[in-house]
Amino acid sequence: MRRELTCIVCPIGCSLTVTDKENGELEVTGNRCPRGAAYAVEEITAPKRVVTATCRLGPAGACSESDSKDPIYQRMRRHGLCDPRRLPVKTSAPCPKEYIDELLSEIYRTQVNPPVRRGDIIIKNWKNLGLDVVAVRALD
Amino acid sequence: MKELRYDAVVIGGGAAGMAAALEIDKAGFTCAIVEREDHLGGILMQCIHNGFGLHEFKEELTGPEFAERFAEQVAKSNIKVYLGTTVTDINVQTVQYEKELICASPDHGVLKITCKSVVLAMGCRERNRGNVRIPGSRPAGVYTAGLAQRLVNIEGYIPGKEVVIIGSGDIGLIMARRMSWVGCHVKAVVEIMPYPSGLTRNIVQCLHDFNIPLYLSCQTTNIFGNDRVEGVEVTPMENGALVPEKAFRIDCDTVLLSVGLVPENELSKDAGVELHPTTNGPLVDASLMTNVEGIFACGNVLHVHDLVDWVAEESRFAGKQAAAWLRGERPLHQVRVKAGPNVRYVNPGKLDPSRDNKVYLRSMIVKNDAVLELRLDNRVIKTIKKGHIQPSEMITLSIGPKELEGYTENSALELALL
Repeated sequence: MRRELTCIVCPIGCSLTVTDKENGELEVTGNRCPRGAAYAVEEITAPKRVVTATCRLGPAGACSESDSKDPIYQRMRRHGLCDPRRLPVKTSAPCPKEYIDELLSEIYRTQVNPPVRRGDIIIKNWKNLGLDVVAVRALD
Repeated sequence: MKELRYDAVVIGGGAAGMAAALEIDKAGFTCAIVEREDHLGGILMQCIHNGFGLHEFKEELTGPEFAERFAEQVAKSNIKVYLGTTVTDINVQTVQYEKELICASPDHGVLKITCKSVVLAMGCRERNRGNVRIPGSRPAGVYTAGLAQRLVNIEGYIPGKEVVIIGSGDIGLIMARRMSWVGCHVKAVVEIMPYPSGLTRNIVQCLHDFNIPLYLSCQTTNIFGNDRVEGVEVTPMENGALVPEKAFRIDCDTVLLSVGLVPENELSKDAGVELHPTTNGPLVDASLMTNVEGIFACGNVLHVHDLVDWVAEESRFAGKQAAAWLRGERPLHQVRVKAGPNVRYVNPGKLDPSRDNKVYLRSMIVKNDAVLELRLDNRVIKTIKKGHIQPSEMITLSIGPKELEGYTENSALELALL
């Protein structure tokens, strides 16, 4: 089988072609450096991505429903803003591509109650894949 | 009206403003950051994707993580931060370089801050439909990509279901992936140029991963719909001219625009700061100082960067230079820099021949195996192999005393891409 992809290791963006050799190995052509070949092999055999998304925030974060005395929440109520209403999160390690949709649904279902600190684990060792979902900002 | 006094005031609390303020504080001067939003970090707080900080922290961070690392340093410093506070005027006094900033905020009322030095770090804003003159009706559902990013990532609203993105800038590409990940169908990205205007890795990870077609050399010639967007008309271009018989329609309910960024310089202009016609940012000398003594500029308000890491680096330098200026230090000599063939612009506009200068330039062409040529008064002093160049990837280099040897008062250094 013959597959074409664009290398993203550096800005040159080589057009790579990956073909199966008879001994089962993959042959990469079109790369200008060894890093391109390594990228192509991983991208074909086990593509992974760091996933970033947002979780729902619990009552304390939804400032319109909050009677927090924090001046920031008071100011937001005054301006009719409700900022922020989502907690941004990321995976602590790249996630295998075929699991991304399922992981996103899990993140969207999750509700977090502040306070949250940056780096707090929101979902631990998801599906035993060795990756956590962690908060990327603090929210009081 | 409350009156305050600092040695330096930084306008804008994003990556640029925080990096500059930290240097001024380290040098022992009193410093304040005035920030319009209710938090530090600026636009980084809505850029929840990763890829920030590879140069600065040697790891891949999301925007909020990058911002919080700087905000924590600010919290530990002596920098005074005014949140939710908008600068409405910079008045430059004629006596002793005094500047007066008029600010307004719900918490402090109207503030008058006097200072000697001002660092402009207001960032940039998005070009919108009016700026690029897309014909058609004016239905709901047309957003700039950055606004959609804020709605989705911070406020928790999804602006539509079937999306067409006009322009292939980085924010548009990032939003193509984000909209796909939140369950929308992104039907196309339409780019007027024959090459994408975003970084290659974004094309691959944000479009190829989701099989989103990218139409190059295509112009959006109509937006349909009365109350809500119903579709767009896309017309291919050949040899710079539209080919109407090849036009086609894409049905959608949402249009996102990613058609470039403009430095936000209304305040600077009012203060008498001269702007560069190509970058739309201030004209600056070797110390990133504008034509107004004591007013410095850094980050996206100076010129639009593609990496926040370069913003932080440039802004630290601006902060250091503002502190040096406060100590009364000035460069003894400066050499002018010119954009030569195939170079859209070079920043800064002058170099100090007594030290190393970090220079940023943008190419006008896409080319493999390109060469960057440095010419001092029409004499080639250095050639640098650049490999692949394209307008969307900024080129940086260091130019020091060695390259500028033999300069005279009227010397000019020209940078050319061949």
